[in-house]
Amino acid sequence: MKFIDGYRDSDLIGRIVRRIEISATGRYVFMEVCGGHTAAIRRFGINSILPRNIRLISGPGCPVCVTGKDFIDTLAAYSEMDDVMICSFGDLLRIPGTGGRSLEKMKAGGADIRVVFSCLDALETARRWPYKKVIFAGIGFETTAPGTAVAVKLAAEQKLDNFLVLSAHKVMPPAMETILREGTALNGFICPGHVAAITGADVFGFIPARYNTGCVVTGFEPADILVSILMLVLQANSGLPAVEIQYGRVVTASGNMTARKIMAEVFEPCDAEWRGLGIIQDSGLQLREKYTCCDAKKIIPIDVNREAETENCICGDILKGVREPADCPLFGTLCTPLNPEGACMVSEEGSCNAWYKYRITDG
Amino acid sequence: MDEIITLNHGAGGRQSHDLISRVFAAAFGMPMPLTDSAIIEDAVNTLAFTTDSYVVDPVFFPGGDIGKLSICGTVNDLAVSGAVPKYISASFIIEEGFPVGHLRKIAESMAEEAHKAGVKIVTGDTKVVEKGKCDQLFITTSGIGMLQRDRTGISAGVEVARGDKLIINGSLGNHAIAVLGSRNKLSFTTPVISDCAPLNHMINKVLEKCKKIHFMRDLTRGGLSGVLNELAAICEKGIIIDENSIPVDGPVRGACEMLGFDPLYLANEGKILIVAASSESEEILSILKSDPLGRNSAIIGEISGQNEGRVILNTLTGGKRIVDMPSGVQLPRIC
Repeated sequence: MKFIDGYRDSDLIGRIVRRIEISATGRYVFMEVCGGHTAAIRRFGINSILPRNIRLISGPGCPVCVTGKDFIDTLAAYSEMDDVMICSFGDLLRIPGTGGRSLEKMKAGGADIRVVFSCLDALETARRWPYKKVIFAGIGFETTAPGTAVAVKLAAEQKLDNFLVLSAHKVMPPAMETILREGTALNGFICPGHVAAITGADVFGFIPARYNTGCVVTGFEPADILVSILMLVLQANSGLPAVEIQYGRVVTASGNMTARKIMAEVFEPCDAEWRGLGIIQDSGLQLREKYTCCDAKKIIPIDVNREAETENCICGDILKGVREPADCPLFGTLCTPLNPEGACMVSEEGSCNAWYKYRITDG
Repeated sequence: MDEIITLNHGAGGRQSHDLISRVFAAAFGMPMPLTDSAIIEDAVNTLAFTTDSYVVDPVFFPGGDIGKLSICGTVNDLAVSGAVPKYISASFIIEEGFPVGHLRKIAESMAEEAHKAGVKIVTGDTKVVEKGKCDQLFITTSGIGMLQRDRTGISAGVEVARGDKLIINGSLGNHAIAVLGSRNKLSFTTPVISDCAPLNHMINKVLEKCKKIHFMRDLTRGGLSGVLNELAAICEKGIIIDENSIPVDGPVRGACEMLGFDPLYLANEGKILIVAASSESEEILSILKSDPLGRNSAIIGEISGQNEGRVILNTLTGGKRIVDMPSGVQLPRIC
C-alpha cells in the first residue's frame, strides 16, 4: 500500500492544512461532484480539519443517487418476468423504487438478481446461462460507460442474443453546467478525477470560460483533496479561474482516447432524467441503433407508472448544493441507510449516507 | 410490501439485532443484553452455553473450511465469555449430491480443531435434503464451557469503566476477504488467508494472569464496528479508537480500497476485542503478542467519558468521524 500511505501521512496533511489556513483569507464554497470524493471527505474527516471559512458541498456525483425511480421500477418489472436475470452493481440493490420496492427486496422475494463487479461479468453470465435473458443495469458516468461499451460490442460481434443492457449511463459536464446555470454560488469545483481520466481535463474548459469558476481535477486520497482545495483557494484569490490538474498521475488534458472512441462508437447522447435535477439535455447515453440487439428498452419494451418523488425529500436541493443533508426533515429519522427514502441515502457515496455514517460530533 | 427477510437481517448489524429482539427475544423472554453465550448457574457449577450455525459459501476457502469454522466459532464464543470450552455438539444439513469425500475432509478438520482447542465433540445429528433445499452443507454446533464465578460479568461488560483500554489480537478483515475472494474468484498478488482459529488457549493465558478484564467479544459478523457499537450501547459510554493503531494487512486494505469496503465492518474468525483496566493493558498486550495468534496485537483505543453510546474514530489524517453500527451487508461500490 506504499502508493497510498504517502497520501495519508498526517505530517504532510498538517502542512497542507496550514498552507490552506494561511492562504484562505476570504470565504469559499467548493463543490465536489464525484461520489468517491464525498465518501473520502467524510471517511477521512476532512471537513473537521479545514478552517471554518471553507465550505465543501456535495453535487450530483453519485451515479446511484441520480438514478430515477423509473429505472428501478423497470428493472423490478423485468425481474418478475420468466427467464430473466438481472446483473447489477452492488450499491444499486438498496435504492428504493416506487412504493419502497428495491432490487434487494425483489431478490429476497425470489427474483434472479446478481451482483457483478463489471459489465463484462454480466456478459460472462449471459454466456453461462444461454436460456436466460441477462439484463445489465447500466449506470455510472464516463468511468463505467466504457466498460459497458466494450461488453456491448463483444456481445454484438459474438451474436450473443441473450445479453441486454438497460442504459442509464450519464455524462458529467452537462449536470455541472445545470448547477451553475441555476445560480448555485460556487468558488470552484473539485472535479472528478476518474471521469477526467477518460474524458480528459479539457472537458471542463467551459466552466472557467463561461461561468468564471475554477476547476481542479482531483485524486481521491486526503492529500490529493487538500492540495486541490489549496489550488482552488489560490485560483479564487487570484480572480483567474482555470482548469488545473492535481491528479496528474492519472489524468491528462485529452484523456483515454481508446475509451472515448469505443464509447462514441456504441453510445449516442440523449436527454436524461437526473433525480432531483430533472431532465438535462444530452446528459445521458443510449445505445446507437447499430446495437439495438443489446438494448433492453427496445427488445423488451415496458411501461412503468411514474410516481412523484417522496414528499419532503430534499435530495434535489442537496444534489444542487443549495441545502445540506441535515436540513432535510427526513434525515436520520424517516430516512436512514437502513430505510432510505431519498437516493442520496442509499449509496455509500451518496451525500446523505456519507453524512449519516461519518458525521462529525461537536464533542 | 409485507416485511420479508433479506440478507441484511443476517449481516450482524442493526437489522440482525432488530430481528432478534423483535421476534426471538420477545417470544422467548430472553434477558438483555444478549451475549455470545448464556450463563447458567446452579448451586454447584457455572456453565456457559452457546450455539451457532455455519453456512459459508464456498465450503472450502483459503485458510479453512466450514468444519474448522464451526468448531472455532463455537469455541471462541465460549472463550470470550470467560469460559473454558469443554463439549461440542454438531448437526449437519447436507444437500443431496454432496461428495462424501468432501464431508470426510470437513469432519477431519473438525476433529483436528477440536483436538487443538481441547474440546470433545460428543453428540450430533445428520439430515439430508433434496437438491436446492440447502446450499451444499450447513453445520450447527453448540458448546458447553465451565465458567469461574468471578468471570461471569465479562460477556455483558458490567464492569467496563472510563479509561479502560481496547485491545485486539491482530489484523482485521482477513476472513471476510479470503471468503469473498474465493467466492468471486478474485486473485490477490499476496494470497489472503482466513484468520479462522480457536483462541481459547490464548484467552486463558490472559485470564489467568490478569484480573481486570472487563469485556471480551469475538469480532465476527459486523466486525469491529459492530462489537464496539454494541459495547457503547450496553455500557452507556463513549468509545474512542485511533485509525493509526488498527492493524490491517496490505492485501486486505488493497481489496477494501478497490471494492469500497471498510475493514472495520469486515468479519473475522480469529480476532477478539479485550477491554481491560488501563493498568493491565501492557501486560495483556505482551501475553497476546507472545502467542502465535496474537503477534500483531495492538491497543487501539479507550473508553471515554464523552459521546455516550457513540464510537468515534480519530482518522489517519487527524480528523474525527463517527463509526456507526453496520447497516446491512456491505455492497461493493460502483466506482
